[in-house]
Amino acid sequence: MGALSFGAPWNHLRTFYTVHMTTQRKAVALISGGLDSMLAAKMILEQGVHVEGVNFFTGFCVQGHTHAIRARRGDQVTRNNALWVADQLGIKLHIIDVIEDYKHVVLNPKHGYGANLNPCLDCKGFMVQKAREWMERSRFDFIITGEVLGQRPKSQLKRALPVIALESGAGDRLLRPLSAHLLERTLPERLGWVDRDKLGRITGRSRKTQMAMAERYGFTGYAQPAGGCCFLTDSNYSAKLRDLWRVRGERGYEFDDIMLLKVGRHLRPRPNFKLIVARDAGENQFLRGFLKRFTHLYTDSHPGPLALIDGEPSRGEIELAARITARFGQGREARRVRVNVNQRDGRQQVLSVEPLSRKQIPQEWYL
Amino acid sequence: MTRFTLDARNLICPLPVVRTQEKVEHLDSGDELEVLCTDPGALHDIPAWCRIHGHQVVETTERSGDIVVRLRVQKLD
Ligand code: SF4
Repeated sequence: MGALSFGAPWNHLRTFYTVHMTTQRKAVALISGGLDSMLAAKMILEQGVHVEGVNFFTGFCVQGHTHAIRARRGDQVTRNNALWVADQLGIKLHIIDVIEDYKHVVLNPKHGYGANLNPCLDCKGFMVQKAREWMERSRFDFIITGEVLGQRPKSQLKRALPVIALESGAGDRLLRPLSAHLLERTLPERLGWVDRDKLGRITGRSRKTQMAMAERYGFTGYAQPAGGCCFLTDSNYSAKLRDLWRVRGERGYEFDDIMLLKVGRHLRPRPNFKLIVARDAGENQFLRGFLKRFTHLYTDSHPGPLALIDGEPSRGEIELAARITARFGQGREARRVRVNVNQRDGRQQVLSVEPLSRKQIPQEWYL
Repeated sequence: MTRFTLDARNLICPLPVVRTQEKVEHLDSGDELEVLCTDPGALHDIPAWCRIHGHQVVETTERSGDIVVRLRVQKLD
């Protein structure tokens, strides 16, 4: 290879580099609260880039919620992992409510669902698109994610990653530091905002490399990866959401609907109504926030759960609901249990019922 | 300095933080905001959020069963 000649094109490039290298570049990092996005942000911070995090709240996020609902006195209170990560890295984190906009992703995913109602590929594209919008508003230069090539089915396959970059509109301003060497060069690499040589070549599901990196960076106490980052990957949750759509005759949801699907036992003894029965004091407390919207029952003669009725049961069916509610209280073995029934319009009645036995509750009633 | 209150009761993680963040955006340096919450997670999360954004937590207390986080807004120009 001949010696490089520093003719006109190179001079241009040098001027360009000088201009671009002297301003500190800014990256927005998608922070999920897990280790991968924490490492990705750290790698870029180490290169002298200014990094701020964004975290999108869709309403389906696993962490926090169920723990928050079910936390009882003496339980360890759970933290928000994304905030914890940002705090550890010393970066700002912006938690953004995307509940409304996200509906479209769940209801009409262009690329379909995964094993359950998880529209992962559309979801990633949506999040990167939101990050891109944030980047443009905040005058940042590029986006980083903790995506690892081939780590999860569908959304992290080699052919999926360019789809995310394209559909989000982020294009080559989207950098995945953990797998960068296995992917096309992005703008931040080409312009020298980051040094590609210091980026990763991680692929697959093994987490060994990430754990070794975490150790090197001195990260301890990070959240262990769960099955998925949201409830939509959960088969029980998805079944409850499908049931909701079927019964209402349309696909759609409000924020309260998807919160309630996370809480309590859901039983549908008849097609026209279902019962949501609290499982502990935390859930009782949470369901109390919905008393105005639902006919609700609680046991009066014995300690027991609060139960909400979603639907329009007949009089006889209200008694059935009372017998089910009594089943889950401490009076389950008693001959009769007094159950308070409160209609939405404020009418109250007290029923004395025989609790159903375990055998009288068929498995098919459970959603 | 003006005092403000935010009712984030019956909201669960991360909504108390999201609402705090939205409120603080419209406040000035030196203003104080009292956030009322029922989710105990807010005791970790709001102070963590304040730390990373440079706001100051003045005190965290419990009042009639609610968690109260009082913070002082600090903004760089
Ligand atoms: S698991 Fe949930 S949050 Fe994560 S990519 Fe899939 S749909 Fe999105």
